[in-house]
Order: sequence, then structure tokens, then C-alpha cells
Amino acid sequence: MTGHPATGMNGQVPKGSPVLEVTNLRTYLYTRWGVTKAVDGVTLQLNAGETLGVVGESGSGKSMLALSLVRLTPEPAARIVGGKVVLNGRDLLSLSDRQMRGVRGREISMILQDPQQSLNPVFTVGNQIEEAIRVHDRDIGHAEARDRSIASLKTVRVPAPERRLSSFPHQLSGGMKQRIVGAIAMAYRPQVLIADEPTTALDVTIQAQFLRLLKDLQQRTGVGIMLITHDFGVVAEACDRVAVMYAGRVVEQGPVEEIFDRPQHPYTRALLDSRPRADLRASRLKSIDGSPPSLNNLPVGCRFVDRCTFAIDRCSVEYPPAFQLNEVHSAACWRAKEAPWETR
Amino acid sequence: MSVRDSAPPAATDPGNAGPPITDLEPDLVAPRRKSWWRRRSNRVPWLSIFIVVFVLLLPALLANLITVHDPLRGVLGDRLIPPAWLEGGTWSHPLGTDKLGRDILTRIIYGARISLTVSSLTILIGAVVGSTLGLLAGYFGGWIDRVISWMIDTFLSLPAVLLALVVVSVIGPSFVTIVVVIAITIWASFARLVRGETLSVRETEYVAKARVAGAGAGRILLRHVLPNVANTLIVLATLQVGVVILEESSLSFIGAGIPRPNPSWGVMVADGRDQILTAWWISFFPGLAILLVVLSLNIFGDWLRDFLDPKMRQRG
Amino acid sequence: MGDPLMVASGLSMHFPVSSGRYGGRTIGHVRAVDDVSFSIDRGKTLALVGESGCGKTTTARMVLRLRKPTEGTVHLDNRNVHELSGSDLKWFRMSVQAVFQDPWASLSPRMRVRDIVAEPLVVNRNIPRSEVHDRVGVMLQKVGMESWHGDLFPHEFSGGQRQRIALASALITEPRLLVLDEPVSALDVSVQAQVMNLLRDIQTDLGTAFLLISHDLATVRYVADHVAIMYMGRIVETGAVEQIFEAPRHPYTKGLFDSALPVHPRQRRPELEIKGEMPSPLDPPSGCRFRTRCPHVMEVCDQVPPTTEVEAGHNVSCHLFPTRIGTG
Repeated sequence: MTGHPATGMNGQVPKGSPVLEVTNLRTYLYTRWGVTKAVDGVTLQLNAGETLGVVGESGSGKSMLALSLVRLTPEPAARIVGGKVVLNGRDLLSLSDRQMRGVRGREISMILQDPQQSLNPVFTVGNQIEEAIRVHDRDIGHAEARDRSIASLKTVRVPAPERRLSSFPHQLSGGMKQRIVGAIAMAYRPQVLIADEPTTALDVTIQAQFLRLLKDLQQRTGVGIMLITHDFGVVAEACDRVAVMYAGRVVEQGPVEEIFDRPQHPYTRALLDSRPRADLRASRLKSIDGSPPSLNNLPVGCRFVDRCTFAIDRCSVEYPPAFQLNEVHSAACWRAKEAPWETR
Repeated sequence: MSVRDSAPPAATDPGNAGPPITDLEPDLVAPRRKSWWRRRSNRVPWLSIFIVVFVLLLPALLANLITVHDPLRGVLGDRLIPPAWLEGGTWSHPLGTDKLGRDILTRIIYGARISLTVSSLTILIGAVVGSTLGLLAGYFGGWIDRVISWMIDTFLSLPAVLLALVVVSVIGPSFVTIVVVIAITIWASFARLVRGETLSVRETEYVAKARVAGAGAGRILLRHVLPNVANTLIVLATLQVGVVILEESSLSFIGAGIPRPNPSWGVMVADGRDQILTAWWISFFPGLAILLVVLSLNIFGDWLRDFLDPKMRQRG
Repeated sequence: MGDPLMVASGLSMHFPVSSGRYGGRTIGHVRAVDDVSFSIDRGKTLALVGESGCGKTTTARMVLRLRKPTEGTVHLDNRNVHELSGSDLKWFRMSVQAVFQDPWASLSPRMRVRDIVAEPLVVNRNIPRSEVHDRVGVMLQKVGMESWHGDLFPHEFSGGQRQRIALASALITEPRLLVLDEPVSALDVSVQAQVMNLLRDIQTDLGTAFLLISHDLATVRYVADHVAIMYMGRIVETGAVEQIFEAPRHPYTKGLFDSALPVHPRQRRPELEIKGEMPSPLDPPSGCRFRTRCPHVMEVCDQVPPTTEVEAGHNVSCHLFPTRIGTG
């Protein structure tokens, strides 16, 4: 497979078929205080050409999930202890470190929250894009590397890309830097792009621009995007499907409109209700009392039980399986089918 | 990561149902073994602590209880006795004696007292003076900062040994001279560190909050800034003990330090210079003491830095 | 509305820019805040809204007397804040308190919660220890914590709890104005709602006025009574919260609303009319600062736009609304 940014020769997977399948993934952190189960049995699937939103609060394990998928979990504390991450028919967890380096950037890429930290301040934009290209094609000439860099800047709609190549990161605005991070991530037309809170550090007016740019990129390349976020606004703007994470597990999964219209997990419902809205002044926000459980010492039953107003006895003794509400929508809650939170 | 033969998992079961196929018994597997240099920083350096306690602290505090010999006056009949395990050695002088018949072990033990006293005093003076100036420079900025920073730069570029030689040749070697000279050469490193930390703490929201509360400069420096630079200060002080011991030994070695016949480790190394081929133990054991103590202090200081780092202590 | 609690008039903050890295000559000034005026009514909330670099935080710092304005004045109860000293200054410190954005950075890590909460009280008044202790307990309960939490250190609390502690500390002097600098933006979604509800309850109970600094329109809508939109150091539009949210006039304000993320996936997404990004503050556009990104830019826009009252209490600085368009 010789990926080329201009031609996109990576085998284009037809839209809708799965490109990335995560099965029962578990990533634990081993610290002085014990074992933190940051990702504790996550099963997900990302389809070609779709955007899957992974929503959760801090400590839900969403960022550790993202890092696990590209096998960049922080050493030595974090360790992927089980599960499968299948990309293009290969389990990424069974690859050697060297093989994994060949996959990263070429088949699966990542955009992090803070573009400030993704770019090296002492090199020009051109250096950094060329560097990313040379990782995979070591012996291409200077002129070709430059052409490819310009091509990849064009894909993220950077104006005057030829001039941008000689800029240093500090000369660029936050939005422009995030575009360049995007250009590096997309230089090889990967089939999967993991974006961890890519717009959190950006200003309001730039945030929407960037999300629309991602959509535009997806339409042109068919990349499957996993968008990790805490913000349901980002989900509503940019996602096709949603997985809601709580305390290391996916509690609900389904198409975005169904999740907004008929959430089948009380946590999803509560999160949606607790958002203030710019379009009307709420008389009072519904808040979720308490805080998430410690990942070092998880309850046996449902992890949301202490904060849930609809908990029944069974919830605290047995973790609910993912109930399939229809072909595409599932929720891990004992009361998912009756959904008492919907009768208001 | 498990390196296992990956049978092509052609048809993977999508959705939630699939049972875990690869499973590495998570709860039984400890974190991956790390190479020794990575592990080192997390573990308590017991050996270093042991050496510091038994070669420096205990001898210094209990010198007159542990030894029977006089550190200053020797028995001329017992000159140049080799260590006990060598031909002609005796267990009443385990590490041998020097050319004046003084017991080497006894002198090393009393030398620890000198090293500890000199380093405690100089570091106390250096830390107090340095931190005060560093706090003032970092917090107030402006001309105060410019003057203090200029002093820091100047003092950091003074060659300690040269300075000591000049001072000693003018007023003669003494305990007070060496403490003052070393304090002069080390306060600047405390000041520079505290100034930098203060600059960053000054910009924090909790200092802004204290100013909004109406706290004055004194209260902010003592209650908000100093406690938050204390950790770094402790680490630097620990590392400086080694530096001071080295410096004191070097000065004593060249005769600009602790005046004879006091048993400074540096003086002892110097005393054995002439007989290094015939009576090597006179220089070797005090030299070894310097090496072990300074190395241990550095290792302990490095560990302490990691241990006190709040980022390392935060959960998850 | 009677006379307002706080009036800021003509506030400007110019930072010198020097040539070279090692403090060479001053070659110009960044006008971080440029002729900003607003007032805050007693017991009400004014929100300063804008993107990063618009000068809202610098403005807040001038109001808090952490920075001295280059020009302009801040008056609290008709007294010039920046000319106070001695007991008048203590009065000001007791009257105006603040809660900052990052609950992980705004509490002194090596002080006990009790001492943190008590600080604004003990530095300004001589109060017996037992009374301080009691008031800290009462305040902690008021923000939904327990009084024994005072014995712990900040790192033992979650972000939301820390922000409650910061609030208890700010409220202990019973201030009349509380400056809230992005008070919830660092918190988790579910906790944001808790803190925002708490803020509204406190305003109802204690009658404290708020100056809210925020970039988040949803937060502003929920908490504010009046809104001032800032762009590159200037206020471009002010008005009551309904006026601004129901009928924004300035092209930048409209752009902000268009950029706000949808509440529901089926919500119509407006075209993004604001193009590009904010120009460098070192070299701001002349005239209207927004003209380089404005979809309605005209020739006159290189002149500083007039401020026009488009309806009662609703002011816009834009050439689309020339003065005397109707009858004020």
C-alpha cells in the first residue's frame, strides 16, 4: 500500500461498512494508589465515512480510549490489558511497535485538543509536514515532499499554502494551527481519524469553522472520524452516531437524532437536560447531583447508581448488559426498555 | 503487548455481542517491567539514605560516643599502620593511621561533623538570603529585580576557589571564613531558583485571588508563594549539601579551608598526597567518604524531586 | 434603575510593545482595551462576552483593581476605585470579590480550605477567631458544602467542589459585586449546571451584583440580565439579555450566534458569515475593528463607527446603524 496524499490510493472502504472495530477494550492505569480502570470493556464500531461522537465527562475514560486505539497510552503507568482493536482486518494490539508505527499516520491518525502542543515550536510548518510524510516515504525528494505538503495544506483549506510552509507555529492563530495539525493527520488519507476534543481550545467562531472543515474533509476522503468530546453541541453539529461513556464504559450508543430525541439511559437524559441553551432562557437547569465514582474503586453494579433518580434494587448489585433497543441503538440500563425518564 | 500469532480475524462480530477473544488476564498481569533506569526514579533510594545516615549524619552527631581515639593527637608509635585486613594492620585502627599516628576512622568520623556543620550553616545562610532576595525580585520586578538579577549573575560567575584563596590570603583560614566564603558562592543559586518559581507563582489565579481579597505583599509572599516554592527549595538544599561538601573539601585540600589539624575530609586527602604510593589509605578512605556521601545525596535529591513533584502525586 | 453600583467609563489598557527580545525600545502599543464604558446595576448581572483576546479579562482585572487603566475610571458607589487607599481600600476589597476560571489554579494548594475561605475577611477586618470559624462554616454550607470540609486541603476536592469553595471565599465579606471570570467553563457539563444554579440562588438570596466574563452564549443567557459584546478591545453592542439574544444587530454579534453549536442535530445550521480569524492586535484595522471579517463591510467602515441606540437600552457601534436613524 503506497498512500499518496494527492491521489488517495489507500483502499477506499465503501461508506457504511466498518473500518474500526473495538471489542471489549480495557486500559488500566497502575499507580501508587492502585489500579485505575480508565477504559473498562469498551465495544465500539466506526464505519467508513461516518462520524462517531464519543461523549463523556472528565474521568469517563474517553481520552484514554483514544490513546489506546493508536497505542499511545502514557508509559509506564497505563497498559492495555485486554480486548481487540481491529483496523483493516488486523488487530492493532497484536502488532509490534515497529509495525504500529507504520500504521499510525497512514491508516489511523489523531488530532489532539491543543494545537499548541501538537506542533513543535522550533520547526516551520513545512518541516513538520514533510517530517510526517518522510516517516512513511523515507526517500522522496525535496521537491516532491514540498508538493505533497502544499497539497495537504490545500485539503484543509489553508489560504496561500506556499507561504504557510515557511511559517513558525507561533506566527499562526489557534484555528490555523489546528488546521495544520489536521493537514499532518490527513497527509496520508488515513481511513480513521481520531479527534480528541479538537475544538475545545478554539474560539467560538473558529470552532464551528473547524467542525465544518472536518465534515468537508470526510465528504472528500471518506475518512471515518471518531470525535471525542464533552460537548453535546459538538455532537449535534458534527456527529452521525454517538457513544456515551461513563466511568470507563459505554452506557449508550445510537444514531445522533435518536440519542437526542429518545435517550435510553438516565445519564444521557440528565446530561442533555443539564445544558444551558442560548436559544431560550431556562427557568432552572436540571443538574446531576454528586460526582462520578472513583475509577480505583468501582461499585459492582451500575456505575451511575448513586446519582440516578430512577435506580432500582437490581442496579446496585448487577451491572446491566447493553440492551439492544433496535438494530442501531443500545443502552446499558436495567430500565432502558421502560425508560421512566421519558414520561415527564 | 502480547506478540501472538494473529490468525486473520476475517469475520469479526460487530456490535456488542462478541465475547472477548484476546484476553490477558488483566488483574493478574502487573504493569510491564520497566528498564532499571526508569524504575529507579520511583523507588525509595534506601542505599543512598543508608550511606547518608551512617557515613554523614550519625558519625557527625555521635562522634565522641563512637570512637575511642583522639582525632587531633596521634600516638607517634602507631604511625602509618595499614588497615586492619592488611599485613601489619590491627583492629584497634580499622582503617589504619596517618603519619602522625592518628586513627583514620576517628578522623573521618570527626570530619563528618565538620562537613555537616559547614554544609548546614552555609546552606542555611545561603537559602535564607537567596530565597528572600529571590522572592523580592520575582514578586516586585522592576528595578528591584534588575539589581538582584544582576547580583545573581555576578555571584554565579565568581569562581569559588579563587574567591576563597583571595579571602583566605587576606584574613587567613578559619572556620568562619570558609562558611562565609561558601555561603557567598551558593546563595545565588537559591535566589535564581526562587526568583523563577516566584515569577510563575505570581501569575497564578490563587495569587490574583489573594490580591483581590486584599492581601498585602508580605502575606502573599509568606502564605501563598513561599509554601509553594518550599518543595523545590528542599530539593535544591539537599543537592547543595553535596556541592558544599565538595567545595569545602577542595578548599581544605588546597589549604584555603578548615585549618589543620582539624580533620576535614579534604585536609585528610591532602595529608596523604605524599604517601599515596606507600600509605594509600590515608587519602583513600576520606576520598571514598566524600564520593559516597556526595553521590548518595545527589541520588536522594533526584528522588526527592520526583517524590515532591505534585504532578507525580496527583491521582489518576 | 436609580444610580448604578459600578460605572466604568472610557477604560483603556495599552500594553507597550518593545522591539527585540531583550527589552529594546518601545515601538508601539497593543490596545487590549480601548475606550470601554459600562455600568452594573445593584443586584443584577452584566455579562462581558467575547472571544479570547477581546480584552474582557483585562477589563475585569481593571475593575478588580489588579491593573491600573491607562485611561478611564472605575467608580464604585461614586468613588473612584483607583484612587482609594487605607480604610477606603479595605472597604473596596470587602465590596468587590472575584471567582476565577480554573478551580485547579485558583485555590492556594498549601492552605487549608478554612484559611482560604476566611482570607478576604481576616486581611480586611479584625474579627475574633471563633467568629471567623463560624462564618466560614456558614458560608461553606451556603455553597452546598459541609463545615468540616474546611479542615481539608483543596486537592481533596473535585473541580465543582473547588469552585464552590472559591465562591464561599468570595462571598464571605458579603460583597456587593462579584466578578466571575469564566466561572464554569473549566467544569464538567453536569457540574456546570450545579454551579450556575448556585450562582442564581446566591444572587436572589444576597442581592449580589455580578460581572460575568464569558465566551459561552448559553451560560450568559442563563445568568445575565445585561450583555456587552466585545471585539478587539471595544464594546460593539450592549443591551438587555433578551434584546441581544432575540434581535442581535451588530454583524459580529450575529456571527457569534451563527457560530454557536446547535442544541439539537436537526436544528438548522446557519451559513457562517464571519470569515477568517481575528487580526493581530499589534496591527488592528483602523476604524471599525471588525471590518476585515464583516460580511457587510462598506467604504465608511475605515472610520470609527458611531454608537447608536437602536431601541431603549440597546446600543450598537456599527455604520449600518448611523446615528439618528429614528427618534431615540
